[in-house]
Amino acid sequence: MKPVLLIDFGSTYTKVTAVDVEAEQLLGTADSYTTIETDVGDGLANALEKLHAQTGPLAYEARYACSSAAGGLRMITSGLVPELTAEAARQASLGAGAKVLKVFSFQLTEDDLLEIQQINPDIFLLVGGTDGGNTECILHNAKMLASIPFDFPVIIAGNRTAARECERILSGHEVHLVENVMPKFGVLNTEPARLKIREIFLNKIIQAKGLSKAAELLSGILMPTPSAVMKAMRLLAQGCEDEAGIGDLIAVDVGGATTDIYSMADGMPQDQATVYKGLPEPYDKRTVEGDIGMRYSVRGIVEAAGLKRICELSGLSQERVSELLAMLDEHKDMIPEPGSDLEKLDFALASMAIETAVTRHAGTMEETYTLMGLTYVQSGKDLRRVKQIIVTGGSLIRTARTGEIASHALASLNAPMSLRPLKAEVRVDRKYILAAMGLLSETYPQTALRIMKKELEHDGYSEQKNS
Amino acid sequence: MKKKVLVIGVIGADVHAVGNRILYHAFTEAGFDVVNLGVMVSQEEYIAAAIESAADAIVVSSLYGQGELDCRGMREKCDEAGLKGIPLVVGGNIVIGKQKFEDVEKRFKDMGFDRAFPPGTPPETTIEALRELLHMEEEA
Repeated sequence: MKPVLLIDFGSTYTKVTAVDVEAEQLLGTADSYTTIETDVGDGLANALEKLHAQTGPLAYEARYACSSAAGGLRMITSGLVPELTAEAARQASLGAGAKVLKVFSFQLTEDDLLEIQQINPDIFLLVGGTDGGNTECILHNAKMLASIPFDFPVIIAGNRTAARECERILSGHEVHLVENVMPKFGVLNTEPARLKIREIFLNKIIQAKGLSKAAELLSGILMPTPSAVMKAMRLLAQGCEDEAGIGDLIAVDVGGATTDIYSMADGMPQDQATVYKGLPEPYDKRTVEGDIGMRYSVRGIVEAAGLKRICELSGLSQERVSELLAMLDEHKDMIPEPGSDLEKLDFALASMAIETAVTRHAGTMEETYTLMGLTYVQSGKDLRRVKQIIVTGGSLIRTARTGEIASHALASLNAPMSLRPLKAEVRVDRKYILAAMGLLSETYPQTALRIMKKELEHDGYSEQKNS
Repeated sequence: MKKKVLVIGVIGADVHAVGNRILYHAFTEAGFDVVNLGVMVSQEEYIAAAIESAADAIVVSSLYGQGELDCRGMREKCDEAGLKGIPLVVGGNIVIGKQKFEDVEKRFKDMGFDRAFPPGTPPETTIEALRELLHMEEEA
């Protein structure tokens, strides 16, 4: 036996997963409440105790960890045009597993600076202009930033013509130069910025977030949790050298406060009659809906879906739903009893969380009549042919109706312009291992892939619905 | 010397892609740095691309007769977006039916376009006009 320990330091829970990389199987998983006030080491010790109660003592070959503790990796970005470099900066940050608290576009103002100081991010990503393009905006923004006291690192990933000057303007601060996130018009180049974000996360943020003591125990690899999930999903879709993946997929993680959607698919137009508009999106795309979550962001779900649909789906009256929503406002830690009204409401909320978040993530298609006949205009990713949906997150893996909830990720005749999957197989991450498998994949990709194929439970096949 | 940057594309609900490709190659060949937005381009897209790439001029094509409607207000939007005075050039089958081109040209100039070209204009003519508009002869 060759056991490896994988740790996920969350904001509320520390989750541990033990894997035998020789037999390619899961040995056990456990979690424990995390307190940020002390060192997260306590939470880890508790979780390990629980784990070893199942598995017996294990002599670990290696320990790897990811973290979203203390608010995760908090970032602010600034770009030039909202749909272009500002969007590219946002994509780069999300792809690196960050929580993007604010995206500024055009020139920063004095009020923006106040907001930046207030948020005090872990990293600031400064971009703007294609290579050889606009330099005015990024230089102005560098000067504005330099005018306030701050001690977060700044990554410059804008017009290369202005990069060195920006660096000089910000001298005295920690500044990193990387390639432009949009070197040519319409071309995304987010990988260099992503790598730099992860590097800074490793070096600086661990210390700042009380993870240093725990980090000493680790064999290396520490990344933001969403970045680990992203890695796992890329592996599951594409496979590794010796084993094929399962192909294009979407993963949904409905949490208490936010909902994350990942898609691994090219998503570009499939025929000549379709014109693509807007910035092309990455193969591995992640979006985070900050207003969609099962406890802290319940009101956001209701606002997006409408009270009427929540009532229809849950089968509860408007009065009853309002009553329960008021209760959830007060008690964020409520877990529904089987058969209770709250369980019915949770079903409706989770369904609508998925529908809203996947709709926002997926692209859209518009029909336009031109003198040449009917033409289609696509913006964003076309996910209609994606055949796999991976589902994770407490509210989804602890219910028996996962497949039914997940079917709300699919295309619907009510929203024919939304390019969501038409038909897909649902796989459920019942043991909550996605982040752990992302960590494992750094060293043992094939093992991680095989464990995921084995552990992600099939939960039926869903097709587009009429309602 | 830094190459002059052009933003080009076919405006409106117009899907004529061939002329657009020809112009792209002709302009590139002539030493311009060309940002090609392709077909079905909105005014906002030209402007956003021109801002990011610090373009020296915008070249609008229209082949399907609706150019006059599509181009209306573009100069004002450029002004609003901070692209004050950026040269705007338009060409193609920019209006419907048989009209005297002098009248058409006047209408487009009134809309704030610096140059308007009738159907069948060879790329060389446009390149010449761009060189003049961008004062390239004097600099060379």
